[in-house]
Amino acid sequence: MFSPNTSSWFISKVIWWRAAASIAWSVLLLLPTTAVFITLSKFSFLHPIQTISECLSLLMSASSVFSFILLSGVVIMVGFLILEYFTVIPTIACSKIALLGQLLHPRQVISSLAHCLMGMVVGWCCAVTVGQRYETLGYPGKSSDGQPQMYLNEYHLVFLLAGAFVGFSHSLLGVIHNMNYVCFQTVQQYKYLHFKGSLPLVLKCSTIQAFYSVRNFIIVYFFLGYIPKTWICKTLNLHLDSSVHPLDSISGLVDLSLLYHLWINASFLLFTWYITLLLFRIFVTEVYSFPVQSTFTDDSHLCLPKVLADKQPMISKFLALQDLSLLSKHSPLRRSEVFSLSQPGGHPHNWNTVSKECLALLADLTQRLVAYHETVATNGRAKSLSSGSERKSSSETSVTSGTEDLMSPRPTFLMRTPASVFTRSVAGGPHSPLTAPFTPDLDSPFASPVLRRLTAQVDQCSPWHGSVQSPHIMRRVPKLWSTSTESQVSSSSPPSPASVPSPKQEPAKPSFLGQFLQNRKEQLPEASSQALFADSQAHIWALEALSYLVQASFTEDQFGVVQTTLPSILSSMLHLQEAVDRHFKLPHASSKPLRSTNSMEEFTYKTLRFALRATLKTAIYRITTTFGNHLNAVQMSAEHRKRLQQFLEFKE
Amino acid sequence: MCSLALFPPPLPAGQSTLCESNNELLSGANSSDDRQDSSLLSLYFPRESLKLHSRTESSSKAAFLDHSETLWMRSAAAWRDGGFTGLLNEITTSHAEVPKWLSVTSGCILALLRWVSSFHGSLYPHVTLSSEDLIAEFSQVLNWPDCVVRAFAWHPHADKFAVALLDDSIKIYNPQSAISPTLKHRLQRNVAAVQWKPLCASGLAVACQNCLLVWNVDPCSLSTRPSSGCAQVLSHPGHSPVTSIAWSPSGSLLVSASPLDTAMMVWDVAVESCVPLQRVGGGGVTFLSWSPAGSHILASTPSALFRVWETRMWTCERWPCVKGRCQSGCWSPDGSRLLFAVQGEMVIYALTFSGSPGVPTSMAKGPQTAVVVADLSETTFNSPDGDIIVGGEIQSLSWDPRGERLAVLLKGDPQAANRPAIIAVFKTRANPIFELLPCGFVQGEPGAEPRLMQFHPHFQHGALLTVCWSSGKITHIPFYFLSSGVSHVGLSGSPPKLQPQERPADFANQSLFTELLS
Repeated sequence: MFSPNTSSWFISKVIWWRAAASIAWSVLLLLPTTAVFITLSKFSFLHPIQTISECLSLLMSASSVFSFILLSGVVIMVGFLILEYFTVIPTIACSKIALLGQLLHPRQVISSLAHCLMGMVVGWCCAVTVGQRYETLGYPGKSSDGQPQMYLNEYHLVFLLAGAFVGFSHSLLGVIHNMNYVCFQTVQQYKYLHFKGSLPLVLKCSTIQAFYSVRNFIIVYFFLGYIPKTWICKTLNLHLDSSVHPLDSISGLVDLSLLYHLWINASFLLFTWYITLLLFRIFVTEVYSFPVQSTFTDDSHLCLPKVLADKQPMISKFLALQDLSLLSKHSPLRRSEVFSLSQPGGHPHNWNTVSKECLALLADLTQRLVAYHETVATNGRAKSLSSGSERKSSSETSVTSGTEDLMSPRPTFLMRTPASVFTRSVAGGPHSPLTAPFTPDLDSPFASPVLRRLTAQVDQCSPWHGSVQSPHIMRRVPKLWSTSTESQVSSSSPPSPASVPSPKQEPAKPSFLGQFLQNRKEQLPEASSQALFADSQAHIWALEALSYLVQASFTEDQFGVVQTTLPSILSSMLHLQEAVDRHFKLPHASSKPLRSTNSMEEFTYKTLRFALRATLKTAIYRITTTFGNHLNAVQMSAEHRKRLQQFLEFKE
Repeated sequence: MCSLALFPPPLPAGQSTLCESNNELLSGANSSDDRQDSSLLSLYFPRESLKLHSRTESSSKAAFLDHSETLWMRSAAAWRDGGFTGLLNEITTSHAEVPKWLSVTSGCILALLRWVSSFHGSLYPHVTLSSEDLIAEFSQVLNWPDCVVRAFAWHPHADKFAVALLDDSIKIYNPQSAISPTLKHRLQRNVAAVQWKPLCASGLAVACQNCLLVWNVDPCSLSTRPSSGCAQVLSHPGHSPVTSIAWSPSGSLLVSASPLDTAMMVWDVAVESCVPLQRVGGGGVTFLSWSPAGSHILASTPSALFRVWETRMWTCERWPCVKGRCQSGCWSPDGSRLLFAVQGEMVIYALTFSGSPGVPTSMAKGPQTAVVVADLSETTFNSPDGDIIVGGEIQSLSWDPRGERLAVLLKGDPQAANRPAIIAVFKTRANPIFELLPCGFVQGEPGAEPRLMQFHPHFQHGALLTVCWSSGKITHIPFYFLSSGVSHVGLSGSPPKLQPQERPADFANQSLFTELLS
């Protein structure tokens, strides 16, 4: 489906370099952060000058240099994990059990373990740097009968475990809050200014998150602390010193100095990681300017229309759409290239590709919304489409894994499979049994019955196609969002009406466990709506690009290339408007965005549908105000003309 | 350079300006067609008809707060209402109930905080003002606290407008419908500015004392009191009072400014998220104006400094003024020229931005210095009734969407009877060189002084200036002329929706506004 050179050049030439630059900056920033951390952890009010001299000497010492190298290694590792796991389409769990499935996904477990390990390394570095009583795991002493013995230093152990705990909880929260989702800014700023603006927020988030993590850790350690303690003692042949208080007791844990050090330690850890994440987001989402057309055919795969038409990788498609939307807004020079004709032949290839891609995106969303509405309408409340729960982003990691199944008779929106770490190793082959429960296998316990029903409905040419397009045509539309689909080949349900289970056909006599599972599988209505619009950033850009280009064409389009597509642009926008209106009239779709709290998790994906609704309306108004009554000459259905008239009269 | 001495003398008492036709301002006597005029063309909000808030927030608080609450409850309430300083204040004042060391400590911290903030206050005097005084100081409306009409906004495309009144309500008038919805909201207090969202039928942003409201009033709705559920509340800690707002001409972003917040907020209204754009210096942002082409924003600060933001990458140029802060400014329709007025100076400055919106800012070299284009120093006109002195400081500037008429609201002197606030209108010409030519003064009924003015965004026959007077009247003064160049607004502006009858001779019966509105 896609040749490797067109898709991978972007990853290797742009994304990798951006990631490398962001990691390099985070390592550079580690130095001042560490200095501040050391000062804070060693600070004493009574001897400020002594503190400073101590800190300076510590910074120069060999052990701190070694710790610093270790910390840099951790930051680099974190950066690589972010690069490996980042996605531009958030994974939204539509039910609690789907969330559990995400957490237990092998790929996720690996990431959690890695974070845990790195947290421990950071904990060790902190313990060594803070020194004093935290420095070593064991200390020599004498037993009661005078024998020299090694005793366990529980403070050191607590530091290590706290680091591991904070790392682990960071990873878990990352999944729950979609921290690997990279969102694009509506307000373009230079990297430095953007970073400077976000720094206070990162600082606030890391200290607050550190507070909660340390609190949770203390609770866990209070109850379960004896397990690692005895295990370490056994394996390393250390002894417990009965003369000191054990730390998994109330009197041992109420130690302000220890708590303060734990908190500073956790803040430092989270701050460095958040900074890495922030820098990565800033660098990756930076605008990349694609050439609209090139003079040499060798470079044609670098051009905007070509990249837009590529399905993979997602990030390049998103960046191309962002660039398209910006060029349509800001640069008349590049717009003129879009409107230009090909030199021999005189075909508007650029415009055709661009408009076709954007329209396909809009049609895809319309179709998805209509299908969703159909499912919801049958049983009133939202027991709905769960494709989103299993929808994994097609991040660039899955580039090598895909053999596209062209003949798959699925609607495009069902073709999202997790880009599993295992499918990568067995590229092209049948997926390993390990990943089976976590792929959107229709027979899996994680897929809701509605999904199956929906699939069947689509397959049997259900009546909704009349308002959009025939499914037969839709199948021929390039599958924009699909990734490797080999996991679905095995699981196609027979497309017969008989296989449509009605919602009443749930197990008649549910066992307790079944009931419990059913409750967990209950759709969260808000989440299903979010999942439906998870990739809407692309649609927003497509709408903006189309509307600005059409607006500019009024004066700039010399050859009238836009005129030919104007009817289809208008009709697809109005179709989408209709579908979006219907979606927002559903009882569970809240009409107002939730207030976002200030934290590192990206809230944008939760509000994308509102942004899409506003952008859509503005886009239609942009076209109607530009063309005015000329639009009466455009061919369209009577229904659409009526709707358009409303827009022309500013009554929408 | 143009000066007021070149202007035709102000009208004698009893006359008010009706319109401009054939290159001169026509006036009429008030007595004859006063009644008909006010009923047909304009709105009248008598001060007595408004139900005003008789009590302020603090007085009602004292009346309702239960003083027998425990110290703990009061402290929590003080923390919620007044933050850290409120808490300290509460502890210090209730010294009978708390340990002595605590009240003494909190008293000391409070004194220290006040001492520090007094330094801040001496650097930026405006931070010591109350919210209402801040709005009055930095509003574009003349004598804002006393105004019946506190804010006014034409819809950029449709023929309707919103009026914010002294009683904190907003009314929307549409000549095509008999319904004029009234918008009220618990948080809608001390409205400093309203503006309609471009490329949208219903979005209305309102700058209030504590937050920003964005109303969504369905134009087809028959309701006269839309519920407060139609309003989105946008607030950010520390960003109040909001004194100025500006929508991007593409309708996607909204910027808001507060004199107490050094950051300018860029809101994505649909998702209710904001990006603070912070720059050191200035002590706040008071006035915003987005250029019609969308490429620049003027942001003035309470100190002698203003910034011009470029909206592609959101970087800014600093423009220090010599004398005072930038009081008002307006952009030419193509966004290439900025006119602004500085407090304490009686001139209009112009800045030229050569960069077109598409050219990267690095290539587009900004202007080096501002040039003076008009001198508005005080000029004495002799009239039968005695000398009238016109001129002085500028309250606000407004440029019509075609870029042919510039209205300047002069502050005057409320104490002196012969120095009234007045609107001076200039003709502007961009080619071959930019210059201002005198047109005339716009005056209302005797005793009514102009408070607020705005040009109609798409008037067919020239320009239409809407003026809100101190008496509570709103009148529309048309300027009939033929555009000298190609119409700027023809492409980007909205096409005519309703075609007014071509009756240029019959000024009183302009069909656009013949509906009985009030």
